[in-house]
Amino acid sequence: MNKPDFQNILPSKSGPNWRKFRIQFSKNLPLFLMCLPALLLLLVFNYMPMPGILIAFKDYKFNLGIFGSKWVGFENFLYLFTSGDAVRILTHTVLYNAVFIITNMLISIGLALLFNEVRSRYMARIYQSAVFFPYFVSWVIAGYFALALLSTDTGLLNNLRQQLQLSPISWLRTPSVWPFILVFANLWKNAGYLSLIYLAAMMGINPEFYEVAQIDGGSRWQQIRYITIPLISPIIIIMLVLSIGKILNADFGLFFYLTRQASGGVINSVDVIDTYVYNALRNSTDLGQPAAAGLFQSVVGFILVLSTNQIIRKVDPERALF
Amino acid sequence: MKSLLRGKKRNRTVLSQMLINLALILISLIWVIPVWVLVSASFTDETALTTKGYGLWPSQFSTAAYNYLFHYPQAVLNAYGISITVTFFGTIGTLLVVSMLAYALSRVDFQWRRPISFIVFFTMLFNGGMIATYIFIANTLHLVDSLLALILPIMVNTWFVFLMRSYFSELPRELIEAAKMDGANEWRILFQIVMPLSVPALATIGLFSIMMYWNDWWQALLFIRDRNLYPLQYWLYTVLSNADVLNNTSVANLGLNTPPLHTIRMAVAVLAMGPISLAFLALQRYFIRGITLGGVKG
Repeated sequence: MNKPDFQNILPSKSGPNWRKFRIQFSKNLPLFLMCLPALLLLLVFNYMPMPGILIAFKDYKFNLGIFGSKWVGFENFLYLFTSGDAVRILTHTVLYNAVFIITNMLISIGLALLFNEVRSRYMARIYQSAVFFPYFVSWVIAGYFALALLSTDTGLLNNLRQQLQLSPISWLRTPSVWPFILVFANLWKNAGYLSLIYLAAMMGINPEFYEVAQIDGGSRWQQIRYITIPLISPIIIIMLVLSIGKILNADFGLFFYLTRQASGGVINSVDVIDTYVYNALRNSTDLGQPAAAGLFQSVVGFILVLSTNQIIRKVDPERALF
Repeated sequence: MKSLLRGKKRNRTVLSQMLINLALILISLIWVIPVWVLVSASFTDETALTTKGYGLWPSQFSTAAYNYLFHYPQAVLNAYGISITVTFFGTIGTLLVVSMLAYALSRVDFQWRRPISFIVFFTMLFNGGMIATYIFIANTLHLVDSLLALILPIMVNTWFVFLMRSYFSELPRELIEAAKMDGANEWRILFQIVMPLSVPALATIGLFSIMMYWNDWWQALLFIRDRNLYPLQYWLYTVLSNADVLNNTSVANLGLNTPPLHTIRMAVAVLAMGPISLAFLALQRYFIRGITLGGVKG
């Protein structure tokens, strides 16, 4: 005969709760252990550095550490925003990203529409590979391309100009040329990838819509205008909103590696928040202002992502991040 | 009359197909020209390249750059070795860590799912920024010049977690219930039942993770000072900004003629793109699946 389990029989205030907790704990423990490695990595590399944002409010001295350095309140922000640095890098970041968002959207939707019209599946796949490929080429290698295509003496573009009896242009040293280089490089790298997202949305459209339109005598243009575009508009809005949420985050690789070929005068016209912070980290001992710039970027980015997520939730709740 | 109309219409579609294909061929050519020019430059004779410049076709064909790299592979092999090591361990780690986390988060009966999801996805919203992260990893963890700094900080990619979680949660729940009835514990369920069923999803994030580690220059830019630890991409960057790096590292003391530095640079870039391009061409349907699965959230 088994001994009666007194733990269960005797009335006790904490007993059942404790037991319930233990059962729950042992039931969830294995799954929690599976989360543990990832949680530890996030703790060490994402959460533990977070107190470092205090540097933005401190006169940071390497030997004193983050917590030992002197508090200066908002002084770093004050200097940053009155020095002109902030205005310059913020304008560059926002303007370039705005142009990238618009050009990316137009070109990648255009590409997706073209892909969608191609009858030959084989050819469609070749075109898709060609424009998707750069997504997997690093910006470092794109820097080599810039050299090969645009260098003054030997670049492909100037070679072509020479054959047309035109004088060479030093593309990489002309500040007014850089916006075009950056916009095209960004398109070159991202348009193919983005067009595949739109294409996937287009392929999800019920073919019956098009059949009905054809019976009614709608032309291809009309079908695109009145069926394709309206039906993929939720995706368009979501992509737009997502990229607006990231408008303060510059593509570091693009602005850093591509501009390695540029000379001093140009650098000032292509610096963005991320490159400014990086250069300060590398070259300067005064980290207060760059830290302030970084914190500004993080906080505004946080607010932007939260509010854009609210918008997405209204458009298509399934696509909301949270 | 009717057949005439139909004929006209057919002609029009043939014409529009031709125009569309023409436009796409043109775009594709523009898109691949940079790669083409680079490859062509790597097969050009050094003096021809410096005098006649880059062209669509080698102005004077030569394999000198590749010969040189073949004879003195030290520098390239070293960078290659670092990149392969980082990519290998990074990808295995990512696959393990991410699929374990995503599996737990995909289980509706896991009661701590919500707080853990929050901890994971909050990192997408807010971070300490470059300076705080750098100071912590470099000064507190002392990971400067350690390969761990190239691998660990980017291992838990939240986009991968999303992708895997949505894949896992589409697996039939009865499967897990049945395995539990048979007495399998959670680890066995994950590794012997769920993972084998998720090979397509694992392949997709595996490939994206290979790309992520192979193409990474950011971690090296921040944390690697020792030239012997430069991964390929970062090494390429130093070579681009100063071709003499090639000269100093391996040959200067061998008493050779000047190596063809310009074309070697190009050859090295071609060699760095090589494996990635092959992987891309062979496996692009997995990438496309990855994008259509969860690309919008990236």
